This record gives sequence, C-alpha cells and structure tokens, in this order.
Amino acid sequence: MLPFTMEKPESAEAAIAAAAGGARYIAGGTTLVDLMREEVERPERLVDINALPLGGIRVEGDDLVIGALARMSEVAADRNVQRLQPLIAESLIEGASPQLRNMASMGGNMLQRVRCPYFRMLDAGCNKRTPGSGCAAIDGLNAGHAILGTSEHCVATHPSDVAVALVALDATMRVRGPEGERSFPIEELFRLPGDTPHLEHTLLPGELIVELRVPGGPYSRRARYLKVRDRASYEFALVSAAAALSVEGGVIREARLAVGGVGTRPWRLRDCEAALVGKRLERPAFEAAAHLATQGARPLQHNHFKVELLPRTIVRALEMAGEVA
Amino acid sequence: MVENRSESYVQGPVLSRREALLAGAGTVALAALPSQSTAATGSPAKEVSPMTLTMTVNGELHVLTIDPRQSILDVLRETLDLTGTKKGCNQGACGACTVLVDGKRIVSCLTLACMHDGARIETIEGLEKDGVLHPLQEAFVAHEGLQCGFCTPGQIMSGVGCIAEGHAGSTDEIRFWMSGNICRCGAYPGIVAAVADAAGRD
Repeated sequence: MLPFTMEKPESAEAAIAAAAGGARYIAGGTTLVDLMREEVERPERLVDINALPLGGIRVEGDDLVIGALARMSEVAADRNVQRLQPLIAESLIEGASPQLRNMASMGGNMLQRVRCPYFRMLDAGCNKRTPGSGCAAIDGLNAGHAILGTSEHCVATHPSDVAVALVALDATMRVRGPEGERSFPIEELFRLPGDTPHLEHTLLPGELIVELRVPGGPYSRRARYLKVRDRASYEFALVSAAAALSVEGGVIREARLAVGGVGTRPWRLRDCEAALVGKRLERPAFEAAAHLATQGARPLQHNHFKVELLPRTIVRALEMAGEVA
Repeated sequence: MVENRSESYVQGPVLSRREALLAGAGTVALAALPSQSTAATGSPAKEVSPMTLTMTVNGELHVLTIDPRQSILDVLRETLDLTGTKKGCNQGACGACTVLVDGKRIVSCLTLACMHDGARIETIEGLEKDGVLHPLQEAFVAHEGLQCGFCTPGQIMSGVGCIAEGHAGSTDEIRFWMSGNICRCGAYPGIVAAVADAAGRD
C-alpha cells in the first residue's frame, strides 16, 4: 500500500473542503482499503468521515430516510426498513457477508468499484483503471460481465444489490458539496461507461453523500429481491431482480422492476413495468414482460447464458412478489 | 539409526514453527521491503507519518504508535504479537481474520487501525477465561469443526458474532450467516453443528 495521510475532520464543511482539494472520503473502507493494497487506488489523502453526523434511519411521512453512514447490517435489521421497504432489507441481506455488512456504509455501497478481475490486475488492460489501456474482459473471462449498457471500452457490471432495489423504488440521494446541497434520483448517480469508463458517477468534486430517501408506494410491501449466483450466499449476482407490485382484485396496478448482474449500472426496466400494468397477476403476463428485458442485450463469449437467465429470474422474482400476502 | 536421529530432534532446542520463521525471516524482510515499495509503482516512497492511538484488546488497554497503512489484523499480529487471528486472503474474501470490534464481527484485514482509535477489540485469544474454554470453542472441539485449523479462529469469532446477533436459530440460518467464513478443508458440517450447539447452550 502506498503512503497516505489520514484526516479526521469534525465537521462536514471541513471534510468537503478537504475532498474538494483532492482527498478521498473513506467510511467502511471495504472497497477502498482492498484496492489501495492492490495499488489500483492510490489516494494520497484520505478523509475519515465516520465522526460526521450522517448515520441513522428515520421515517418522514411516507419516506424512509437512510443516513449515508448507516451500515448495511444496521439498515437490514431496522424495523422501519423491514416494515416499510422490505425490498431494501432483503437486497442488503443478499449482499456481501455478515462481516462486510457490519462495516460497509450505505453511501459507500453506492460508490463501490467494479468486481471485474481485470480492473484489479495491474498488468491487464482496463480502461476504467488506466484510460486508453483497452479492455481485457471483452475477449477474456467474461462470464460475470454485463450484457446491457456495455461499450467497446468496458463491460463490467455494477456489483451492488441494494442499489438495484433503490433504483427500482425511485430512491433519491441528497449530497452536500462546496456549492451547497442537491438531491437527485439515485439512478442518475451511475454513468454508463461509454468511452469514459473511468468516470463512474455524477458526483461533483468534494460532494459528500448525506442520505438516501426511499419514497413509499402502494407496491412497497409486495416486493422481493431474487439473486441468482454460483453459490447460495456470499457471492456476487449472475443475475438479480428487484420486483415490486401493486395489485387490486388480481390485476397489477403498478410495477417496479430493476435488475443487477447484467448491466453496467443498476438497470431499471421501465418497458417491462409498463407491460405489466393492467395485466392479471399470472405467469403469462410475467413472461411477456420479462421477454422485453433483453432488448438491446449484447452478450459476450462467456455470458450468453444471461440472455436466458435474465427473463427467467425476472419471472421468478415477479412470482415471489405476487405471493407476498 | 533412525531412532537416534529422531532423538536428536527431540533433544534440540524446542522452537515453535512461528519462532523458527521469525528467527529466519528478519534479514530477508529487511532486504526485501524497500525494493517492494518502489518497484510496484516506479515512484519513490513517500514519507509515512506514524499515528498514535489507543485500543482495548481482550480487555487490555494499549497505546500504540502505528503506520496508518496498518490494518487491525496487522496491528494484532505484528505489533501485539496476537497471532491467533489469521491472515488468509488479506482482501476481505475469506473471513479468517474475523474479530469483534465494539461488539461487531468484521474482517480485520480491510479495517485500517488508524480509523479505530479507542476501539474495543475481541480476538480468539480473549475467549478463554481462567483456563476454561468459551462454549463455542468447546463445541468446535466436540463437533470436530475443523481439520487444518487455519480458518478456525475466524470461524469461532464469526460464530460468536452470529450467535450474539440471533442468527443461529437453525442449520440453514447458520449456514447463511456464517457464509463469510471459508473453510478450504470443508469442515462445514462440524462448524455448523458447533455453532448450533453453542447457540443452544446460551
């Protein structure tokens, strides 16, 4: 690990000033420390934000508000989260390991780096790590890579589970920067790789994630997260699906659907949602909607299976959501 | 003369494997360090400012001056010589380095010590009290929850956390909530049985 200095500001203003001057925020450190040891990340200044009052979980009207420093395990175990937005709790429990969930913050989860093996392999081409060096994954071992939102410069998936749930639920993010505060849909945090895969998010220099806000909807309770992976627990998704349904008299009134493991960012499926509205809560409607999910998919040599696995996962997740009493 | 040879082995100075490694490794480590820090990057090493902090490890308060790059795992093993906590993958994937920090199980390899001034840390060395094994340690012995034993300190500390969290109610639940600890010998049936047994005794 290369040398760095560690700063522990007591105010958000001081932290933001340090970050605007080039320092990197660190909270749980589960991504950053690992990548610093590999020298994939080489920050010279770190700002430990754990002393800032950015934790906690609260309910405001129909909204669930999650502090950026709340830990994954804390959010997953929270009674209000389980009661109001069970999709958030379930997607969190399906991610990482118990130890990592005790460490990782919600804000950091949004900003975690990709798990493409070539990203952390310093002698392999990776446009995300070293712009212009090529993408070793495109002709390499790419079974775990994306089929949606890829470019000829990067095919890595966004690894978060809970981000998939948050994007499905139209969650927003509040950030504070040198110019003040702003809020925006979390979906807009994630950039497509295009020809600049080294730019992963839309935060401005110095901006600090303050909290995540999840609006309640008539679909919030009838919601499930299904993660398909190579082992039953503690593994990244091959395909995952977050499905939420509002149902009246056996007919779907509203649907929210997003998928993970297949996209270069958490992937919302609005065409599928629209296709579900007005349909009976039955498998044929799920299959017709799921069929739309792979429009524009560009499979690679080793991940063709995802083109079949994605709609199947969506159908099963919709069935699971439909079965919620 | 095989008998004689084995005798001379026994009669020689008794060194543990670790002591033997430490005795032999000192000069090699000194020679290897500088080249490692520059070769990987091509840039000269910058100066590192040590940081001072306190940590309570297994009930004992320590005032430590550390390199900010040191993980809690490194501090435990290298600074405090508490080598029960193991370095497996050193990238948060195997769970061998699991300890409790302020009562919560974490992987100590991905935890920078300098971010935990004042923390209360429990390691495998702290479980035994007055010569009596912790109930989960006893259960690991009784159920043979290990083969080579390398992952065992992490398994046990993770199991202590798992039970304290209330996630040891069934075999399936234990398997899911212990999944952050990998056992390459495949001693999982014994590990799960041990955690279930100890949880039942609580």
